[in-house]
Amino acid sequence: MKKSSRGRLHWQPIIGATIVLFMLAVAIVGPFLMPYGEAEIVGFAFDLPSPEHPLGTDVLGRDVMTRLVYGARNSIGLALAVVVLSFLFGASLGLLSATLGRGVDFVLSRFFDLILAIPQKVFALLLLAILGTSLPVLIIVVAFLDSPRVFRISRAIGLEINALDFVETARLRGDSGLGIMLRETLPNSLPTLVSEFGLRFCFIFLFISALSFLGLGLQPPSADWGNMVRENASLIGFGEMMPLYPAFAIALLAVGVNLVTEWLAERWSNPAHE
Amino acid sequence: MKDLMRSPVVKMMVARLLIGLGTIAVISFVIYGVIELLPGDIAREVLKSQATDESVRAFNERLGLDRPFLERYFEWLGNALHGDLGRSLISDVPVSELLAQRVKNSAFLAVLAAVLAVPLALLLGILSATFRNSVFDRATGITTLACVSLPEFALGYLMILFLAVKTGLFPSLSVIDPGAPLLERIWQTVLPALTLTLIVQAHMSRMTRSSLVALFQRPYIEMAELKGLRRRKVVWRHALPNAMGPIAVVITLNMAYLLTGIVVIEAVFAYPGLGQLMVDAVARRDIPLVQAASLIFATFYVSLNTLADVIGIVTNPRLLYARK
Repeated sequence: MKKSSRGRLHWQPIIGATIVLFMLAVAIVGPFLMPYGEAEIVGFAFDLPSPEHPLGTDVLGRDVMTRLVYGARNSIGLALAVVVLSFLFGASLGLLSATLGRGVDFVLSRFFDLILAIPQKVFALLLLAILGTSLPVLIIVVAFLDSPRVFRISRAIGLEINALDFVETARLRGDSGLGIMLRETLPNSLPTLVSEFGLRFCFIFLFISALSFLGLGLQPPSADWGNMVRENASLIGFGEMMPLYPAFAIALLAVGVNLVTEWLAERWSNPAHE
Repeated sequence: MKDLMRSPVVKMMVARLLIGLGTIAVISFVIYGVIELLPGDIAREVLKSQATDESVRAFNERLGLDRPFLERYFEWLGNALHGDLGRSLISDVPVSELLAQRVKNSAFLAVLAAVLAVPLALLLGILSATFRNSVFDRATGITTLACVSLPEFALGYLMILFLAVKTGLFPSLSVIDPGAPLLERIWQTVLPALTLTLIVQAHMSRMTRSSLVALFQRPYIEMAELKGLRRRKVVWRHALPNAMGPIAVVITLNMAYLLTGIVVIEAVFAYPGLGQLMVDAVARRDIPLVQAASLIFATFYVSLNTLADVIGIVTNPRLLYARK
């Protein structure tokens, strides 16, 4: 890796990538290494840390460390599923809107404006009240509510790219709208979309953790970093920090993803740094 | 008066207000309409094991599901405009009765948080812009980043842990008695309000800082500096008045954001507000109550966003002093 023009090493992405890779490793490999099961009751409620339970036990006597690790898998997996769905929906419609223009663009833009006009948390609560809180519903609802932001950015990028000469050439060559979108607009908008992916992931991750905290996200006994805080919150009244460990994990991952994303975005927007 | 009506600013403002009203109308349609999304029989879905033919029929009648959708919508909207929001599915009490005190409590919390957050954010923003790249600027920058990365509920519990449990400075749960004297109520509400303050001040103070810093690049500020004016005077007399418009817009947008933050923070402090009521209603699938709460939240949210746009229009000198 070359040093930047200012001659400084890039600490930011190194720290960020370390955090992200560590969390991913925990999420993927961790559950296989844990001696206890996700919902297995192994002791009394709120046991103090001991060699068998390095972080103690939770409100139902389950191993906190084990639940943190399973929580990594569940929380990160859930957020990833939502971001992917949100991008499939938002980005494809955004690029389509930019390429087709006119009527389609107008209708889609107003539709997504409307979703954005309703406060996201409130809309999510309303939809969950009506559709229930099963896992597929949760993923679809959160992805749907997040997609307007993806739509907006991909539409903007699409419009920018479609104004360039090579797209004009493709149009004059007689390519169809869909062909232009897939062969010209999509590949050229990928850098921006990838860094946007990081930002959306952070946002969705925090959003789902808030829903889980409210008891409307992943349902027990599944471990999730949001609902773990709620389950054990009574311990805070005794001056204990344990219930907040999952929250710190959430913050750490958010900072890690942010560091990597910011660095990527800066690198792509200033090719002079290369 | 005729001149005033013809001014582009007034025209844009009126247009924006009408768009705001239209948005609220369409949103009310969405809020009422999403119930149609449920595939199959909503009554059986909600009643689950208690679903007998009789209870299902009673349920459908109560929600009016046996009548055409548009008829039901306009009746609901008409009643809502008169303050009648239907009856709770669970307790059969009028929704407006359940909401009344909760809305007041939430409004109290939101106003207290705003009163704390706005001056604090302005002060921090102006100070970090004035002494940019100083230790103070960096410290507030890092604290802000930490506040934004932590989930809102964690921030609330940290406040409880350090300001209530460990030091005993404030009560950790909010026991709200509407008849209590004002100071007592503020005392009970101050911890959730402080948490909300930390959440919304982050964005506001950073935006205040960056809009001031952007102004510092302007030639007229350089001129003021070259005249030998003190830094403080340059900031307060020359830069700040020109930054107030955008800053006011950011503040209003963050007040809208504060509203949605209330939902989570009330749950942390068991604060008896609208957000808490709504979360409980969602868990019990008390749909009329959830719809009413959504409508109230959305109305305030859209109003604040509209207000932000209007402030943006009014404080834009390019529009105010448009060339003829």
